Amino acid sequence: MAIKPVTPTDEFVKGLWRDNPVFVQVLGMCPALAVSNTAINALAMGLATTFVLVMAGLSVSLLRHFIPREARIVSYICIIATFVTCVDYAIMAISIELHRALGAFIALIVVNCLILGRSEAFASKHHPGRAILDALGMGAGFTGALFFIGIVREILGSGTLFGVGLFPDGFQAWTIMVLPSGGFLAMAVWLLLVNWLKKREAEAAGRAEEVAS
Amino acid sequence: MAELKKYLEIGSSPHITDGASVDVIMRNVFLALLPVTVFAIYAFGIGAALVLATATISCILTEHLLCKATGAPSTVGDWSVAITGLLYGLTLPPGLPLWMVAVGGVFGVGIGKFLFGGLGSNAFNPALVGRAFLQAAFPQAMTHWQYPFLENRFEQVPTSVLAMPFAEPAYDAATAATPLARMKFEALFAETPELMAGLTTGSVGETCGVLILLGGLYLVVRNFMNWRIPVSIFMAVAVMTWIFQQIDPATYPGPLFMLFSGGLMLGAVFMATDMVASPITNPGCWLYGVLIGVLVVVIRFWGGMPEGVMYAILLANAVSPHIDNLIQPRVYGTGRGVQ
Repeated sequence: MAIKPVTPTDEFVKGLWRDNPVFVQVLGMCPALAVSNTAINALAMGLATTFVLVMAGLSVSLLRHFIPREARIVSYICIIATFVTCVDYAIMAISIELHRALGAFIALIVVNCLILGRSEAFASKHHPGRAILDALGMGAGFTGALFFIGIVREILGSGTLFGVGLFPDGFQAWTIMVLPSGGFLAMAVWLLLVNWLKKREAEAAGRAEEVAS
Repeated sequence: MAELKKYLEIGSSPHITDGASVDVIMRNVFLALLPVTVFAIYAFGIGAALVLATATISCILTEHLLCKATGAPSTVGDWSVAITGLLYGLTLPPGLPLWMVAVGGVFGVGIGKFLFGGLGSNAFNPALVGRAFLQAAFPQAMTHWQYPFLENRFEQVPTSVLAMPFAEPAYDAATAATPLARMKFEALFAETPELMAGLTTGSVGETCGVLILLGGLYLVVRNFMNWRIPVSIFMAVAVMTWIFQQIDPATYPGPLFMLFSGGLMLGAVFMATDMVASPITNPGCWLYGVLIGVLVVVIRFWGGMPEGVMYAILLANAVSPHIDNLIQPRVYGTGRGVQ
């Protein structure tokens, strides 16, 4: 079978499902588990990370011929930290409650290994257009994954979705789902589902190849 | 004499067994649990019967459906999951809503047992995994205790038991205080005749220590249980409690109170002795039992919650592979005395 050339669409799409940062690469676990207790928090964290991913990817890609190999990690961290500071102030300006809910985890985006990983593995080797597409795809995949974890935890943990009550009277909240252990549980269940689907996908592909050959 | 086999059968050890298979052992555990179960239903009425039935059915169904979903033959027939379900039901408060019972059963068997690889591979006692999940998810419902021996317990199902799924349960009466809660919050720890006879409130099957001991004795006599585990737990709890009682009798209860209150008897006899999650060697079992006993006393005396048997056993389950690594039996023909 001939290897297909990688199209720009592929760079974007791979982050959504095939190389999903949370469910497949299992990167950026700290925010994925810590601030996914409500759908809003999860979305905000996902969008903030996406912004930093895109901006850092673009900058690293533009500077890729000027950053010395020996000092690349330090340079990446400096670039990422700059954009995280922007995001930090932006969230503070938009909603102080959200800023409080996300707490230290905004600043911790700096050390999110997803961003550093994409800078190192992709942006530093590709031109800016591809780097942005890759960052957008990864960011969308990350946001989506956090959002799915957040939905489960918010519905079971507080009986609401986006702060709106789903159950008319007397919902029994599952305390464990808003606690950190609930993050691990929701994450595990989604991972199980994703792996099961991927296995079926691979089996179907294997069968199709057999038929073709 | 049996007819000679036509072919030579080759198998790995052990070659000599006493005929005890999983279902034989589990049926005997069921017999041992029978008095406790009957007493529980007598003490707490239809509510307890419904909780026990739901617990057992939810565990069996979970295992059956998961086996079917993964294309494996159903392992429900070996009784082990039924015993897990019954044990799990015995650890729950009698007024717990049935939907919560089912949630815990699905969690305990699905995540505590099946995902680890089923019977023989579970790192933790599945019944306690289910209970621990409920304790973390629904702390209020898990600490609401119904009074035992209510007049109308055989005619009326407690309102909370039949609560709609996902709805907050409503209770008929104020919560009763378990002996351990009275010790923790009111500093009352008399060794009353009620406590010894199992006439206090508590989880469905934990109140009557004498019947639990009777069941345990049966299993020990039939050689289906390692007696060292419960004995070492009892000894560790008794000795440690006795020491603290000598230091300050006004703050700390005596050994008899500690042994007969809460889930200690049920946990030590039927939970800690889970064949898979406990150590293999006899010295390992002593160490494991002492660890559980010390943890129980530490959690009960200085922890935030009145009861600690569940967490003590789960923690010891986690340590048990390490105990097995630490205490390796001497390989025959090596070590001491070999030149």
